[in-house]
Amino acid sequence: MPSNTITRFGAPTRRNLLKAAGAGTALAALGGFSTRAFAQEKLKVAAIYTVPFEQQWVSRLHQAANTAKDRGDIEYVATENVANTDYERVMREYAEAGNKLILGEVFGVEDAARSVAADYPDVAFLMGSSFKPDDALPNFSTFDNYIQDASYLTGLIAGAMTKSKNIGMVGGYPIPEVNRLMNAFMAGVKEVAPDTKFQVSFIGSWFDPPKAKETAFAQIDGGADLLYAERFGVSDAAKEKGVLAIGNVIDTQADYPETVVASALWHFEPTLDHAIAQVKAGTFKAEDYGIYSFMKEGGCSIAPLGTFDSKVPDEIKAMVTEKEKAIKDGSFTVEIDDSEPKSS
Amino acid sequence: MTEALEILFTASFWVAAIRIASPLIFATMGELICERAGVLNLGIEGIMTVGAFAGWFTVYSGGDLWTGVLIAALAGAAFGFLHATLTVPLGLSQHVVGIGITLLATSLTYFTYRLALPEVTSPPKIEPFATLPIPGLARIPIIGEALFSQTPLTYLAFVSVVLVAWVLYKTPLGLAIRAAGENPSAVEAQGISVTAIRMGAVMAGSALMAVGGAFLTMSAFNSFFFNMINGRGWICIALVVFGSWRPGKALIGAILFAAFDAYQVRLQQLSGGVVPYQVFLMLPYILSILALVLVARRATYPKALMIPYQKGER
Repeated sequence: MPSNTITRFGAPTRRNLLKAAGAGTALAALGGFSTRAFAQEKLKVAAIYTVPFEQQWVSRLHQAANTAKDRGDIEYVATENVANTDYERVMREYAEAGNKLILGEVFGVEDAARSVAADYPDVAFLMGSSFKPDDALPNFSTFDNYIQDASYLTGLIAGAMTKSKNIGMVGGYPIPEVNRLMNAFMAGVKEVAPDTKFQVSFIGSWFDPPKAKETAFAQIDGGADLLYAERFGVSDAAKEKGVLAIGNVIDTQADYPETVVASALWHFEPTLDHAIAQVKAGTFKAEDYGIYSFMKEGGCSIAPLGTFDSKVPDEIKAMVTEKEKAIKDGSFTVEIDDSEPKSS
Repeated sequence: MTEALEILFTASFWVAAIRIASPLIFATMGELICERAGVLNLGIEGIMTVGAFAGWFTVYSGGDLWTGVLIAALAGAAFGFLHATLTVPLGLSQHVVGIGITLLATSLTYFTYRLALPEVTSPPKIEPFATLPIPGLARIPIIGEALFSQTPLTYLAFVSVVLVAWVLYKTPLGLAIRAAGENPSAVEAQGISVTAIRMGAVMAGSALMAVGGAFLTMSAFNSFFFNMINGRGWICIALVVFGSWRPGKALIGAILFAAFDAYQVRLQQLSGGVVPYQVFLMLPYILSILALVLVARRATYPKALMIPYQKGER
């Protein structure tokens, strides 16, 4: 049995039904031929996460799925904290249980997950992955948080906010997802402050906030006055030592009002909604969903500056707005660079 | 190169080393007590997780910090009781029971966490122990700053070393504990129950391990994460061997390991990206293995370690 399964089957309220009908119309328009009655039938969606729901990356998936559930589009069950060694088994259980769309992250089980997908051709799999989809496996699509657009914009702000021109970056592991955002952030910083020195560290763990915090302390000792908070623990170090931080994936400014200047937010909704529409329309195929995290698709954004609104220089704010517009209309593209960032 | 050496002479480096060492010191002392009484406690990783959660959750639910530490210790002792019941009177394999306790304790902790906090978007925080510089002493350059500008729990870690050493070597109880680990029949011949001594030692040791875990959520950080112990318990098992089952030497081992760790995060910034980061992450472990090889050759382990004692059996 998958542990910690959270399932809620509430009786559909009138409001939800109305919403579902509304969504159904929208989906019918998207899918082309699906009828309202068909769309109203809730799609069974299951998610398998290797970390707790609170983890930044997973929290965005969980939130988008819950939104779709509340809207009445899907039935949603999820299991958290599944070890990679157990992942394949849980995938099979959910596939056997009649779920039509299975969502998750296969960074540590790329091969095994694909072999499960091959065994269940009628089930759609939408998986976070470092690799590309394969046409030979039409029911297996991949996505990742391609939010380099937003990371780049936070880099512009960071470049203006660092006084020592020394920025510390603490990451978990240098996998493409992490590298890409770090590189985009660094490109943004260099645009504003070309001489900035970067201290880059990886702690070899996704979940060791005390260690991330220690590493951040070391970077502050090394002269950093702004930290790129890829892991939990980094903003805490920044807060304690009175330096600034840039958030990643989620907005944590409420917890660190004097510390977190800006955050690059990931919105999983466009990715999930596209997949739901495809499955309902019967047109799901092997596709790279990465683009649905791009800024033009609404997949990422820069969080409101909030407490730092008056502290960020006006010309930088203007520059961010301008670049944001250029990214959205396609006249400017942020480079996607998956190589491991290094200290300079 | 000089930059790399200069790090060793900065106060912040030693402050970090002592801070990283603190949870290890508690847990190493806990393991040491268990092993001196003849019981290998591989439940350490799970018991530290229990302590990390119990202490943090007590404070999160409105208790004060010291109550949290006490609850963590009691929760640790409860798992120690389970471990001891299975390994001492029942004489089951200490390896199997220990691993079982670790698996049970980590899973049960997370299960409890999820029952208590089913829908949280980010891990809830508490107000952790603040640093409490000791007036005067904290002003001594480097050593004073490193040792005396820490949180109260770090001071408690050092107190625990003194206490464990004093009890083991200066009290009749300590003699009985050491004898239970060397020659249990001799303890029984004195009319002292080996079962009671061993069970008590495992419970007390487990309580210390749990406080080590609580250090992570109540002093080093301010919220609880699944898997946040991240192998620290296993390091402590090695540190006991490194210290040849002596509290003072084990303390030095813990500080040494922590210093290597504090050093590697600082070296990572200097390398300019030439050396892969994995090499630095390995550094504390490689150096510890080297130290272990050099030191442990002369180590004398408790003769009755891992041998169950049945009264009247020869």
